[in-house]
Amino acid sequence: MNLSVVGLTFALYIGIAIWARTGSTAEFYVAGKGVNPVANGMATAADWMSAASFISMAGLIAFLGYSGGAYLMGWTGGYVLMALLLAPYLRKFGKFTVPEFIGDRFYSNAARVIAVIALLAMSITYVIGQMRGVGIAFSNILEVPLWIGLVSGMAVVFIYAVFGGMKGITYTQIAQYVVMIFAYTVPAVFISLTITGVPIPQIGLGSTTEAAGESVHIIQALDRTLVEIGFAPYSELANMSMLNMFMLTLSLMIGTAGLPHVIIRFFTVPRMRDARRSAGWALFFIAILYTTAPAVGAMAMWNMLNTTIEDPTEVWDNREALAEPGAWMAYDEQPSWMEHWAGTGLLDIEDKNEDGHLQYYNEDDEEMAKFAEEHGWEGSELDIDRDIIVLANPQIANLNPIVVALVAAGGIAAALSTAAGLLLAISSAVSHDLLKGVFMPRITEKQEMLAARISMAVAILFAGYLGLNPPGFAAEVVALAFGLAAASLFPTLMMGIFMAKMNKQGAIAGMLVGLFSTLLYIFIYKGFFFFPETALLPDEEAYWLFGLNTTSFGAVGAVLNFIAAYVVSKLTAPPPKEIQQLVENIRVPKAD
Amino acid sequence: MSGGGGSNPQDAGGGSTGLTDEKRREYWKKNLTVIGILMGIWAFVPLVLGILLGPTLNEIGSIGGYPLGFFVAQQGSIYVFLALIFFYAWYMNRLDRQFGVEED
Repeated sequence: MNLSVVGLTFALYIGIAIWARTGSTAEFYVAGKGVNPVANGMATAADWMSAASFISMAGLIAFLGYSGGAYLMGWTGGYVLMALLLAPYLRKFGKFTVPEFIGDRFYSNAARVIAVIALLAMSITYVIGQMRGVGIAFSNILEVPLWIGLVSGMAVVFIYAVFGGMKGITYTQIAQYVVMIFAYTVPAVFISLTITGVPIPQIGLGSTTEAAGESVHIIQALDRTLVEIGFAPYSELANMSMLNMFMLTLSLMIGTAGLPHVIIRFFTVPRMRDARRSAGWALFFIAILYTTAPAVGAMAMWNMLNTTIEDPTEVWDNREALAEPGAWMAYDEQPSWMEHWAGTGLLDIEDKNEDGHLQYYNEDDEEMAKFAEEHGWEGSELDIDRDIIVLANPQIANLNPIVVALVAAGGIAAALSTAAGLLLAISSAVSHDLLKGVFMPRITEKQEMLAARISMAVAILFAGYLGLNPPGFAAEVVALAFGLAAASLFPTLMMGIFMAKMNKQGAIAGMLVGLFSTLLYIFIYKGFFFFPETALLPDEEAYWLFGLNTTSFGAVGAVLNFIAAYVVSKLTAPPPKEIQQLVENIRVPKAD
Repeated sequence: MSGGGGSNPQDAGGGSTGLTDEKRREYWKKNLTVIGILMGIWAFVPLVLGILLGPTLNEIGSIGGYPLGFFVAQQGSIYVFLALIFFYAWYMNRLDRQFGVEED
């Protein structure tokens, strides 16, 4: 039954692809530039919201509390940058790819190739994560072997992306958005209803819940319970230093605006004003999920605390109550969702002190550790992977099994839609920028399309292989993708539009400095090319530059890019007149 | 529709424009001004209100059951971003019409 729900969505995606198959390069790369801005907004939302947004984000927020806002603000704030600083002008420029703009604007094939390298590095990295997402959703929820899920996912992407190109992807992504948002909000509405009686999760999170006959705000209830078991209060800025939260938010914003697979979606609308509006619609559709996520995270956390602690209100301002024999969940009364997820290895429960009850608390909190020792506990007995929060949520809340299947279909839609967008960005960079643009300028349109399809097929096989044999560092590399986008492409695109005098030497110097400073900062702490033994310094706050986490470095890389580009451009000759004219032209809608 | 002589809006290069250099500079300056103001709000709300002043706002009060700083970080900023983009799109469409540079 779970499988048939997912199978139905697959059939839908393929049907759409057959209907929207393409013939020309313009249709293949940018869907013929005729996509309605609202439709493009919806497709962009699906393109952008990946397995990370759908599966991981609410879990991150559940465990980070207030500081989880860095992801919410960072991943949405980037759209303001995109709408105001990039999308309309890149649309006016009117070509097919991001490296093409950089190559033409900076009259340099070298700049174009550097942009392709940056694009490939971040897109391939990102695809690996999506394939993992497909694998997790399939093997854990649908209970089939990983490879069956992965191969069928690959086959579906292959059909609609390779044959449909941007046109097929666009309309498939619209369907995927609908599946995704339905799958995300339906469980959220029911959980909000169960806990607070309010059907709208965004309002539910601010309202009250009945806890032991008392009516308390959920956020307050979370604060009080978490404090008693040694964690930071949910609504306070903790779990991340203020500086890191600030820089992470900024890096994610700049990185979002610099991701090529998102930028190219704005090449598909008819006019400059559609590009501006379309960015708003994209954010609108994204916001439906992103404003629901905090409620999903917090309510899942509250549900989980209620499962492990018999009566959370009993322990408020009274930690001693935790020492009562019946204060914690008994092992033999485990809910079925815990048993299910314990089987996957993503949830770990172990009765360390063999008292028949499960103690869950913060071992790293000194006071709590002391309290635990006094009461004969031998460590926190529940270890829960943040990634299961969304997938397990309907099970935690005892929703109908069909909802469980729906959530799996949503997670798979999120991963496939992003993977398809990335694969298109990869294949257009290879066929249009490298082959047609630089190495084999004389190939015909037909040959170019064939090259695009072959490179996409190769990329799918490669991504599938990595999904089955994931490099251990996949999670870390996603942070790298954002850092790279923030430090390399965004500043260069922006300077290309807003500084008519920015020349090719400046752009190249800026991209290289941004790219390498960010790579270097990450490699120093994570090891060169992520081989841990080559790390130069331990990845701990005491060793970070100004206490800056590697995921927060993108914003610094972007600033270094700007500075290097500015200095170098001042020392070298200004760009030719016709380039300055080109910049003047992309700034005004009708001027031609 | 008006003037322009059937120029293809998808083409960035070549040709002349109906706009004088002075008008063009004025259009761009107005665009930069509105971008500057909106970017100021864009940075202020999440980074200053949502993070730097977040703990202070939490103490000041709450909105709809959310502590204020927490609300800005997990809901409010997103609504502000949406308003910024749609305002910009509306403002620029008006500016395009005023300068007679809207696309067909």
